[in-house]
Amino acid sequence: MRAEHLESAGQDVGRSCILVSIAGKNVMLDCGMHMGYNDDRRFPDFSYITQNGRLTDFLDCVIISHFHLDHCGALPYFSEMVGYDGPIYMTHPTKAICPILLEDYRKITVDKKGETNFFTSQMIKDCMKKVVAVHLHQTVQVDEELEIKAYYAGHVLGAAMFQIKVGCESVVYTGDYNMTPDRHLGAAWVDKCRPDLLITESTYATTIRDSKRCRERDFLKKVHETVERGGKVQGPLPHIYCSQQILNISHFFYRERMNLKAPIYFSTGLTEKANHYYKLFITWTNQKIRKTFVQRNMFEFKHIKAFDRAFADNPGPMVVFATPGMLHAGQSLQIFRKWAGNEKNMVIMPGYCVQGTVGHKILSGQRKLEMEGRQILEVKMQVEYMSFSAHADAKGIMQLIRQAEPRNVLLVHGEAKKMEFLRQKIEQEFHVSCFMPANGETTTILTNPCIPVDISLGLLKRETAIGPVPDAKKPKLMHGSLLMKDNSFRLVSPEQALKELGLAEHQLRFTCRVHIQDPRKEHETGLRVYNHLKGILKDYSVQHLPDGSITVESILIQATAHSEDQGTKVLLVSWTYQDEELGSYLTSLLKKGLPQGTP
Amino acid sequence: MAAHLKKRVYEEFTKVVQQQHEDLSTKKLRLTKPSKSAALHVDLCKATSPADALQYLLQFARKPVEVESVEGVVRILLEHYYKENDASVRLKIASLLGLLSKTAGFSPDCIMDDAINTLQNEKSHQVLAQLMDTLLVIGTKLPENPSVRMRLVEVACKHLTDSSHGVRNKCLQLIGCLGPVEKGVAKEAESQAAKDVQKIIGDHFNDQDPRVRTAAIKAMLQLHERGLKLQQAIYSQACKLLADDYEQVRSAAVQLIWVLSQLYPESIVPIPSSNEEIRLVDDAFGKICHMVSDGSWVVRVQAAKLLGSMQQVSSHFLEQTLDKKLMSDLRRKRTAHERAKELYSSGEFSSGRKWGDDAPKEEIDTGAVNLIESGACGAFVHGLEDEMYEVRIAAVEALCMLAQSSPSFAEKCLDFLVDMFNDEIEEVRLQSIHTMRKISNNITLREDQLDTVLAVLEDSSRDIREALHELLCCTNVSTKEGIHLALVELLKNLTKYPTDRESIWKCLKFLGSRHPTLVLPLVPELLSTHPFFDTPEPDMDDPAYIAVLVLIFNAAKSCPTMPALFSDHTFRHYAYLRDSLSHLVPPLRLPGRKLVSSAVSPSITPIEDPSQQFLHQSLERVYNFQHLDPRGIQELLEFTIRDLQRLGELQSELAGMADFTATYLQCQLLLIKALQEKLWNVAAPLYLKQNALASTAAKQILEETYKMEFMYSGVESRQVVIIHHMRLQAKALQLIVTARTTRGVEPLFGMCEKFLQEVDSFQRCFISELPHMQGSFVDKLLDLMPRLVTSKPSEVVKILQTTLRQSTFLHLPLPEQLHRATANIIEPTGESDNPLRFTSGLVVALDVDATLEHVQDPQGTVKVQVLYPDGQAQLIHPKPADFRNPGPGRHRLITQVYLSHTAWTEPCQIEVRLLLAYNSNRSKASTRIPKSTWSESLEALPPSENGIEGTIPFSKPVKVYIMPKPARR
Repeated sequence: MRAEHLESAGQDVGRSCILVSIAGKNVMLDCGMHMGYNDDRRFPDFSYITQNGRLTDFLDCVIISHFHLDHCGALPYFSEMVGYDGPIYMTHPTKAICPILLEDYRKITVDKKGETNFFTSQMIKDCMKKVVAVHLHQTVQVDEELEIKAYYAGHVLGAAMFQIKVGCESVVYTGDYNMTPDRHLGAAWVDKCRPDLLITESTYATTIRDSKRCRERDFLKKVHETVERGGKVQGPLPHIYCSQQILNISHFFYRERMNLKAPIYFSTGLTEKANHYYKLFITWTNQKIRKTFVQRNMFEFKHIKAFDRAFADNPGPMVVFATPGMLHAGQSLQIFRKWAGNEKNMVIMPGYCVQGTVGHKILSGQRKLEMEGRQILEVKMQVEYMSFSAHADAKGIMQLIRQAEPRNVLLVHGEAKKMEFLRQKIEQEFHVSCFMPANGETTTILTNPCIPVDISLGLLKRETAIGPVPDAKKPKLMHGSLLMKDNSFRLVSPEQALKELGLAEHQLRFTCRVHIQDPRKEHETGLRVYNHLKGILKDYSVQHLPDGSITVESILIQATAHSEDQGTKVLLVSWTYQDEELGSYLTSLLKKGLPQGTP
Repeated sequence: MAAHLKKRVYEEFTKVVQQQHEDLSTKKLRLTKPSKSAALHVDLCKATSPADALQYLLQFARKPVEVESVEGVVRILLEHYYKENDASVRLKIASLLGLLSKTAGFSPDCIMDDAINTLQNEKSHQVLAQLMDTLLVIGTKLPENPSVRMRLVEVACKHLTDSSHGVRNKCLQLIGCLGPVEKGVAKEAESQAAKDVQKIIGDHFNDQDPRVRTAAIKAMLQLHERGLKLQQAIYSQACKLLADDYEQVRSAAVQLIWVLSQLYPESIVPIPSSNEEIRLVDDAFGKICHMVSDGSWVVRVQAAKLLGSMQQVSSHFLEQTLDKKLMSDLRRKRTAHERAKELYSSGEFSSGRKWGDDAPKEEIDTGAVNLIESGACGAFVHGLEDEMYEVRIAAVEALCMLAQSSPSFAEKCLDFLVDMFNDEIEEVRLQSIHTMRKISNNITLREDQLDTVLAVLEDSSRDIREALHELLCCTNVSTKEGIHLALVELLKNLTKYPTDRESIWKCLKFLGSRHPTLVLPLVPELLSTHPFFDTPEPDMDDPAYIAVLVLIFNAAKSCPTMPALFSDHTFRHYAYLRDSLSHLVPPLRLPGRKLVSSAVSPSITPIEDPSQQFLHQSLERVYNFQHLDPRGIQELLEFTIRDLQRLGELQSELAGMADFTATYLQCQLLLIKALQEKLWNVAAPLYLKQNALASTAAKQILEETYKMEFMYSGVESRQVVIIHHMRLQAKALQLIVTARTTRGVEPLFGMCEKFLQEVDSFQRCFISELPHMQGSFVDKLLDLMPRLVTSKPSEVVKILQTTLRQSTFLHLPLPEQLHRATANIIEPTGESDNPLRFTSGLVVALDVDATLEHVQDPQGTVKVQVLYPDGQAQLIHPKPADFRNPGPGRHRLITQVYLSHTAWTEPCQIEVRLLLAYNSNRSKASTRIPKSTWSESLEALPPSENGIEGTIPFSKPVKVYIMPKPARR
């Protein structure tokens, strides 16, 4: 099994794109783009997959975990411009929301920045036609051997983890996930599927977050304080579809509980659509929402108004939530520019920021920013960081590993140094090997494939009936013939194997002579051997036949005097090859000699 | 064999017929039916196919079998069992055997051998499992027979090797239920199988089937419940089961670990992968905490629940459950891994609150960090933010229990609890409010916490608001701003939800009396007094103003300097409120005024005694002077009744007692009045009026006796006898009156017989009480019983009349506690002038909110009655969920009543009231009659006692103005 990382899935939180080869099948996991670049580097290098030749021939399927652009942004480029006609799998909500985001992104790049050589609206539509939507826990048979199954991942609406299985080898790819439920979504859950490899994100590899209620309280306190002193608060929303969380908190507490008069705005357009989708996919939300949905729609915020560009210049305190979260473009950047100069104002960064974005710069303490057109923007406003991002923290990652019990773990989507720390933890804690490949690096994992063998029920029953009571969970020795025929394995009884192969049966008998020093007569020696064996082999039927020979099950033992030395008796032990185990045991037993003193 | 069996069957047949001859007098009709076993035998013989036989068996199972024929039926079933080839029929037979063994009064030891024998040749696993189940039933029916149990356990042990999980399951269940609990017994029994039940069960902890593993753990728990002390060795086995793949196994294992931690809290267990040791209860606590983040919510709920009851756990472990970040492995903390701990608190792990604090540091001592094994770490943090509200509720409950036993923990968990007040699910909010109330002795709320708490006052759910008021009653607030904030929020609540008035006043009363010093500086502001100017006098009827005054007056009680700040009208208002709302306003020591109530307050406790004395004295008087002339008795009774009623009004604690006795005396008075008239000497039709008096008296007595029996809680059997006796007298009176007024003898026969039956049942029910009833009506009546049975109705009536007159007045012994069931409808208030308009033919929902006190089983008995102006009455049974139980003896009914009517021309009032339904079958008396399990035997009971159902109104009716409009076309 090999896992390849196209460009930047590995030790970077930029774009995700992983290629997995499992038992001869090639699956591409996610097809993301990098938000920090505006040139060719934003898309993964697909030519890397097949040096020449068609992608469709090489890839068996593409799986998209959720609709964030760093996980699906390159999809139209990949399928339409590079050319891929195979199936693309995603969940229903992802399929519904993904094209909207892509279209939005396309608008920004093409219509606003005027770039050419970008995918068109039609390409997005064509691309979506190749998508196959899956349900949670539905096992989809991609082809005869390859099957995939989606698990709930939290994170955003429709986010899923995928299990990819070929034969008995399996991989679980988590995408982005969240182990603690937030205001809308539940916690990620996976059953104890024991995959050979778990590919997990590790954005917060070294973070253990406070309880979510503490964070909410902190957030509100900060907002409250700023508004009290007359400042404006900007909350860039990381992704429009997980902005619901912040909107909900602010609505729930800020307006209804704290009774502040400052207006709250959020950027229009997409959020309304987002609400629409939350209502549509209510089963994908958490228990709270499902329970209270009938009485009270959590997505109707009566105190929160739509934002208009002109409002940014209004005097007095206000709270504005706008996209995108990393302040790299769009409305949030415009507002930021207007407000950055005033020290009364505050910006709350609610999530992770990719390197190269304005958000990342101000978070890392840069106070002077170079904007487009060589403008220098001095940032005087307060910059706060508040982790609302719906990723699993270190404890969550460990929890997922514990749930799934993988044999190997592969960390992606994180920063190298932090991943190194988590890697040590995982190896020490679970004693499984853990990998953290760099971009473009290929990791090969050896698996112990198990080979299924068919056995007829009759044979199975017969074999289990022999010998002591079968002890559960312990390997048991069975006799049978392994038939390899037409690419299948079958365990059949020897007779049947002979019959099928048209062979005659040959008897194979082992005989062994054991010399024993015993001056007594043959008959007496026989009796002594009998008593000895009878004393030791309590579970077996040991018989003394009238002709002086002894049988243990089907093994025959005869005592004869040595032709030369009367004091030495020769014990002839004879057994068929089926009784090899018992036979060799008996000989070794007899070789030790008879106990002295027994009559 | 078969011939013998058949003979048995026919024997039974004949026996039955004989019985019928013997018991001619008592009409036991059921005995004339042919025996069940015979019928079954015939049926089964007729059955041609297995499906047929199954049908017969199914039909047979629907009807009960008498105790005496159980054995016969079992034999027949067994006979068919051996003949039957079809497994499903055998299965049904096996299950029937179990069902039959359950028959009350039947001792199954005689069929045990046969049941065990059936096991031997059985091939079908399902049937085997069912047979095991049957054996289990048999075993549980024979608790005092250790040897039988031993035998059954041996049989079960033998079948433990069966390849089917169902059989193994049942075997383990049987061993768990019947396995020897005392060590001594096990030793005596020489059989090796039953040597050590624990070991046998323990071996199956590793069974390949999860169902069997679960059954094994359950069996172990069963043994524990039956009193066997589990061995500590099981602990390590159970710990392994915590990592099982199947949730039911994990869930059961958590329970087992909990049990063991309670059994051996102090023993020391080693920590794997280190050479250190730890107390078992701490280790178990860590493990169960771990399960709070299990993948299955069933397990999470189970784990969270159990955490609450682990009170022996060390405090530093306990406090870890609230901190998710502190990652150092606590278990090693004792061996001074302080360095590691510092590393973590200094931010090796980022808290996610500050950007960049998770930047990797140079030196990491990774060896000491243990992410998952850290056990107790943050268990409650996880539990409280769980996705499933069931888990959150369980976590809150556990927090509550732990906080109650540890004040320091209570302090720490406060923040978390307060946060739970904002939960989205109402049940969780409610639960956390209740929890907070329970631990409120240990905590003081900070201002910001109070802020969050008070925000909940805006909740639209009344339950939550009231729970919060209760909470505020007993919380400690730290600052005067806190008090002010609370007051402001409560007043806001009052304007938003005026119906909360009473509850808010009560809340402020306690708030004031708890924090007098904090209220003091607020007084001028609250009363809006000004040093120079007179401010306008506030409106006395304003509930908000009353609320403020309640707060101030209660604070003033323990703060003598406060009244100096009052203005004149405040004193006037005090006097007014002290009178009108005496339960909320305490007596105050006011300067320059007479201390009206100061004399009363110190003597509050002894005052109970005189009133009780008075009660008893007046009762004595009545009982002693019963040989007075009739007039005198009547007067005396009237006076006493009046006295008692007044006493009940004055002394609320004695109200139940006084009312109860007054009612009884009233009955007696009515009876005397009805009897002492001379009308009985004259032909009845001439004295219609008096006649009416007597019959209404009888009716009224009957009603009152039902009230006495069912409306008071705390009535004991001694009282029930007297009440029933009174009722019997009333019935006698009724009989006499009817005998006088009706012509012809025919209807009288029936009535007499009915009456005599009642006397009979009375005798049977209260046979033990009869000796106390010397000289009473029933005593005399029973003496005359043989004569009564044989005499004609007219004679009976005559006898009754004389006995009634001669009989003595029975003393009514008073129970310790007696409370009258009362109901008070809070909503609708009946004050509204705006009619409730709705289109005729459609329904309108009327919210009804009522408090019920001292009602037992309100779900079953309380009904709502709606009376329409046209005399139409509607009886509504509220849903069981509509009743809440805020405190012992108190209930709250919040329900909706649907009204509908045809169109009216103008609005009119309907009456809504609460009724207490009763059924004499449920009465305390009839529970004494041993009820047979089979329904047929019920026929033998006298029908007279059955099915007297009725209702007693026990609340004041409330009038609601409604107006059904004609529908527009």
